[in-house]
Amino acid sequence: MYTQGLDSLGKDCLRDEAKDGAALESRFQARVDAEEKIEPKDWMPEAYRRTLIRQISQHAHSEIVGMLPEGNWITRAPSLKRKAILIAKVQDEGGHGAYLYSAAETLGVSRAELVGQLLAGKAKYSSIFNYPTPTWADVGAIGWLVDGAAIMNQIPLCRCSYGPYARAMVRICREESFHQRQGYEIMLFLARGTGRQRAMAQAALDRWWWPSLMMFGPSDSDSKHSAQSMRWKIKRFSNDELRQKFVDTTVPQADFLGLKVPDPALAWDEATRHFRFGAIDWSEFEQVLAGHGPCNRERLEARRRAHDEGRWVREAAAAWAAKQEAAAPGCAA
Amino acid sequence: MSESQKDWPLYEIFIRAKSGLDHKHVGSLHATDARMALEHARDLYTRRQEGVSIWAVRSTDIVASDPAESDAFFEPARDKVYRHPTFYDIPDEVKTL
Repeated sequence: MYTQGLDSLGKDCLRDEAKDGAALESRFQARVDAEEKIEPKDWMPEAYRRTLIRQISQHAHSEIVGMLPEGNWITRAPSLKRKAILIAKVQDEGGHGAYLYSAAETLGVSRAELVGQLLAGKAKYSSIFNYPTPTWADVGAIGWLVDGAAIMNQIPLCRCSYGPYARAMVRICREESFHQRQGYEIMLFLARGTGRQRAMAQAALDRWWWPSLMMFGPSDSDSKHSAQSMRWKIKRFSNDELRQKFVDTTVPQADFLGLKVPDPALAWDEATRHFRFGAIDWSEFEQVLAGHGPCNRERLEARRRAHDEGRWVREAAAAWAAKQEAAAPGCAA
Repeated sequence: MSESQKDWPLYEIFIRAKSGLDHKHVGSLHATDARMALEHARDLYTRRQEGVSIWAVRSTDIVASDPAESDAFFEPARDKVYRHPTFYDIPDEVKTL
């Protein structure tokens, strides 16, 4: 998003200004404080650029790997309608990955480099996608809880200080709402179904509840990037604030389904007007993040296989373009 | 083949939401040629009927002003407030002006 092919004009003056890094940095912060958006060719601190590349690329990888747990059910969806919906949802996730890679590329990193990092197992992506989807109800629970938590995280990102990221998030949030609603509708169908269907829905909620709460990341006191990201207005709310908001909105939705949130400590606190909830098992989160979750290996292998099996298509397309260009220079582009 | 090392050309995508409106920049994508750029743009940016027309432009073909020089570049318009209708004091009694 936003062209990267215009480097040459601005370089010299950027170099001159770099003599006064502190002044540039304070001017940058003043712009951020004034809620001005930062655009790709604007001056920005190197750490801001690096933070964004890390965050946006991890976000992009998450969308791409996130296609896998649900893709697992496309061939076995219970009806043609559900199958069409699921294909559309998974296709959206692929699209979201593409928007986000584009946004990351505006910061001077190449797509090939980012994809390479993912395939090499060097890049992080959301821990949630390393959990399995053993039943159809998991597809419902993912839409309802995982996409629900993602929306909670992503809505503030629509106001992120970096323009291309904010614009990608606006597009993504607009599409994400269908994802959550279709998931909740799946849960509603199961909850109103037979005893076995209700049990299936409950088991899926049991599986996805805690991992969904972990999606908001470590507690603020343990989150190493939080404070700086807040100052740069990349982040607007703390991990704990967003997690609380998610619990507050999701518990009544579970009640409506007649399902039980798997947390014995869960209780409404009249004084704070929030739900209190039990302690999160962060050792599990650390384990999954470190590559030891139930499906880490499987997910990466699936990505590598898809990349390898698609190679001949990419090579054929490149060869065709080269041939066209040779036949009529300038016309193929 | 060094395909994993080199990205396909980047295209900027512009979409006309409906006839009568301008094409508006929506984002970018990589494609090997113009036709692939259009087809990918359709799949990526109009999955919900967001457009009736697509322009795809090679990113390297776009000439852009430099943000580092934008103060000087846009300076000529800064002190010409008389180009705006609100600059002029006209009594309320005068109608349709």
